[in-house]
Amino acid sequence: MRRHLISAADLSRADALLILDTAEELADLTDRPIKKLPTLRGRTVVNLFFEDSTRTRISFEAAAKRLSADVINFSAKGSSVAKGESLKDTALTLEAMGADAVVIRHGASGAAHRLAGWVRGSVVNAGDGTHEHPTQALLDAFTMRRRLQGAGAARGKGLDGIRVTIVGDVLHSRVARSNVLLLSALGAQVTLAAPPTLLPLAVDSWPCAVSYELDSELPKSDAVMMLRVQTERMTAAYFPSVREYSRRYGLDAARMARLPEHAIVMHPGPMNRGVEIAAEVADSARSTVVEQVANGVTIRMAVLYLLLGGTEFPEAAAEVSR
Amino acid sequence: MCAVLPGGTTPPDPPAVLPGGAAGREGIAVLDADEIRRALTRIAHEILERTRGGDGVILLGIPTRGVPLARRLAARIREFEGRQVPCGSLDVTMHRDDLRLRPARALGRTDLPREGVDGKTVVLVDDVLYSGRTVRAALDALTDLGRPRAVQLAVLVDRGHRELPIRADYVGKNLPTSPREVVRVMLTEVDATDAVMVEGNGGHP
Amino acid sequence: MTGPAPGKGGQGAWLVRGAALAGAGAGVAQADGPADILVRGGTIAAIGSGLSQAGARVLDADGLVALPGLVDLHTHLREPGREDAETVETGTRAAALGGYTAVHAMANTDPVADTAGVVEQVWRLGRACGRCDVQPVGAVSVGLGGVRLAELGTMADSAARVRVFSDDGRCVADPLLMRRALEYVKAFDGVIAQHAQEPRLTEGAQLNEGEMSGRLGLAGWPAVAEEAIVARDCLLAAHVGSALHVCHVSTAGSAEIIRWAKSKGWPVTAEVTPHHLLLTDELAAGYDPVFKVNPPLRTAADVAELRRALADGTIDCVATDHAPHPVEAKETEWPEAAFGMIGLETALRAVQQAMVDSGLLDWDGVADRMSARPARIGRLAGHGGPLAAGRPASLTLYDPAAPPEAVTPGASKSRNTPFAGMELPGRVVATFLRGVPTVLDGKLG
Repeated sequence: MRRHLISAADLSRADALLILDTAEELADLTDRPIKKLPTLRGRTVVNLFFEDSTRTRISFEAAAKRLSADVINFSAKGSSVAKGESLKDTALTLEAMGADAVVIRHGASGAAHRLAGWVRGSVVNAGDGTHEHPTQALLDAFTMRRRLQGAGAARGKGLDGIRVTIVGDVLHSRVARSNVLLLSALGAQVTLAAPPTLLPLAVDSWPCAVSYELDSELPKSDAVMMLRVQTERMTAAYFPSVREYSRRYGLDAARMARLPEHAIVMHPGPMNRGVEIAAEVADSARSTVVEQVANGVTIRMAVLYLLLGGTEFPEAAAEVSR
Repeated sequence: MCAVLPGGTTPPDPPAVLPGGAAGREGIAVLDADEIRRALTRIAHEILERTRGGDGVILLGIPTRGVPLARRLAARIREFEGRQVPCGSLDVTMHRDDLRLRPARALGRTDLPREGVDGKTVVLVDDVLYSGRTVRAALDALTDLGRPRAVQLAVLVDRGHRELPIRADYVGKNLPTSPREVVRVMLTEVDATDAVMVEGNGGHP
Repeated sequence: MTGPAPGKGGQGAWLVRGAALAGAGAGVAQADGPADILVRGGTIAAIGSGLSQAGARVLDADGLVALPGLVDLHTHLREPGREDAETVETGTRAAALGGYTAVHAMANTDPVADTAGVVEQVWRLGRACGRCDVQPVGAVSVGLGGVRLAELGTMADSAARVRVFSDDGRCVADPLLMRRALEYVKAFDGVIAQHAQEPRLTEGAQLNEGEMSGRLGLAGWPAVAEEAIVARDCLLAAHVGSALHVCHVSTAGSAEIIRWAKSKGWPVTAEVTPHHLLLTDELAAGYDPVFKVNPPLRTAADVAELRRALADGTIDCVATDHAPHPVEAKETEWPEAAFGMIGLETALRAVQQAMVDSGLLDWDGVADRMSARPARIGRLAGHGGPLAAGRPASLTLYDPAAPPEAVTPGASKSRNTPFAGMELPGRVVATFLRGVPTVLDGKLG
């Protein structure tokens, strides 16, 4: 395991499996009388959130606390950052407070990458701009593996041969980027389904297939992942109207019926019910939305344990001083 | 856990060392397959004696090699008494006190019998008892899982050099060693053979 | 331009012995072998072999190339307004160390150089420094706003004698304003230097649109945003018969359009930066904003085409787009960081690596692309060579055989060089501005 988790591209298949298998061992912690392990006692995890994301922050916070780490939540709103403090100065402040890990959510692509150059502790990317959100991809992979291969029985297995269709605003989606990289590393066959305006220009260099149409992909999908439509895209001519988007790329009950019997429907949340996903789909038995949230805590425990549960990285100090 | 590095309390990951694979290192076999079998048979009898026929007993193996040992003990007990003693595994990694000394390691399985541990007599099973720190971690891990009526400890080898006030209830073989030596337990389920070796320090126990 | 004359008439004579001449006048071809250059009274007194001059200081130039002093069409000196990033003083020091004897100071200062008052201020600051001629560029539109024409004629008539006008940093996007600007400057032999960037196509853009931008999740900057403007402006320049200069060409497509325009005989010239000749968008992988520049670094295919276009003369010259920024403008998240790289001190070395060592250009070619042609485009009569008797003694002595050395901080006030730590060949040994050494033995005189 590396010192940081910044991009899903940093994870080899073996790394990814180690995280998934670790999470598998931690998964039944929630069923135990004492939902806490002493492993990270005395370690400090800082949640550094420059964007509002209560869900992700709470998930990381629960994960850190279940491992007995001390958690400091640093919300950039109304703080010194809002008063113009640079990311670097914030990083130096966290450093001085002895943060062993910094979980960063930031609106700028590459912010986690930059932060890693300025702090000694581990950096976990909790979403940077339109770049990546690796723990989301890990929890998605974990959810798929448990659902499609059976919880507990999936240890050591990848997602070989599993067909995943990711639908929607790929261009601006850090979830899609991380998922394409991670799922393909785990052996899944990924297809992106989106209007051409919402796909990166050079998407053909990504390890996945591309379709402008959703209907043809559904019967060949073991999992469908619906991406959230950001309201600001509607004004920037990415598609003509929400109605048209929903008609062409939204997942409603009729479309869901085209899926194979065993297929699951995923959404990273928060959902726009009635836009990319119909309410009856979101609430159906195929939907893994709630499981994804629970699995998020487990995966983040696994990541924090693997980053912080061992010896400190002796090379850290040298790297930072560059 | 199987073996302890000289001077340390930290067992290495399961050694992928087959008997022939220890080439270049001097090792002396202190127990062979038959002796291991006999030791386990004796321990199984002792457990039955000390728990009034295995009533309310649960065997929990500590990964990696404690787990197959626990299974073997359960099989012996079934053989002798015709009773099925519940058997599982208890991973202690997250409770270890030496985590910071090495990179984070993969977790072993924790697999409790359906009955749980509350009110039971839990027999922890491990391959080598050395500093006692693994057992200490196991006791902590167990506490988080419930409240057993009693906890006992069975080990295949007790090599001495305790660092904590812990002792085993059932011992396959007491093996006086020097701290610089490595005791290596190999079991067919993991290592394709059954043997206990002592390595290092010229190979002389 | 005749401009300031540091040490009027020269402080004593210099005899440069045994330099390989590049950009020499007719009859003195490089092939004739090393020659001596006698510098006296601010001019080149003689060129030949075995020259001597009593009392002259001798500079042994064995193994060195003598180029006419380099001319930069595109420098941001940041004064007035951003003296924390660069001043005329520090910028001209950097220029001299890079072998430059004249630089064009871009207009996007604060206040903007859109009036005679500001351009004269910059021009006077340059004269006072005396290491390198500073020729101000005037803004095309008031405040770079792209709406109203600045007083181009007044700036042309000022002491600064402005001939190059540019809103650089911003594109003159309004086609009508661009047309009027092109037409208007015909009255005083001006040229409009366009920063070709279609604004709508580059809203929020961060990095060349392609594989890297997609992978890094940075908003893409499409090549077409540059090429659409280049094509439009070539057509406008042809239509009104006025001089267009295309700043920092960065794409293969732009080079192709310019090649086509030139084939029609249209009055179009173009420049390319050293960084676009050497670096690609792959460098953005680490999100280090030192590689963030406008226009963005492009692909290896673009780099190859730009080199070819510079070699065949489609692109007329190399211009640095030296853009200093203080540390805090670059030590930040990529999207927040400022665009720009410094380049005066490394330009010639980068060009050696990209063009000479690759066999695309000889030293005569370098003299043409880095001195003669930019001087001609910038209307600087006193610069650009040729190295010939009677011409102003502004020249650069360069050692192309100097072992490659890592680029280290230099005289610029800013540190945002993309070449930091990279090894580049060559070394500027000496720079003379009208007979006065501004740099000797690689150090400021």
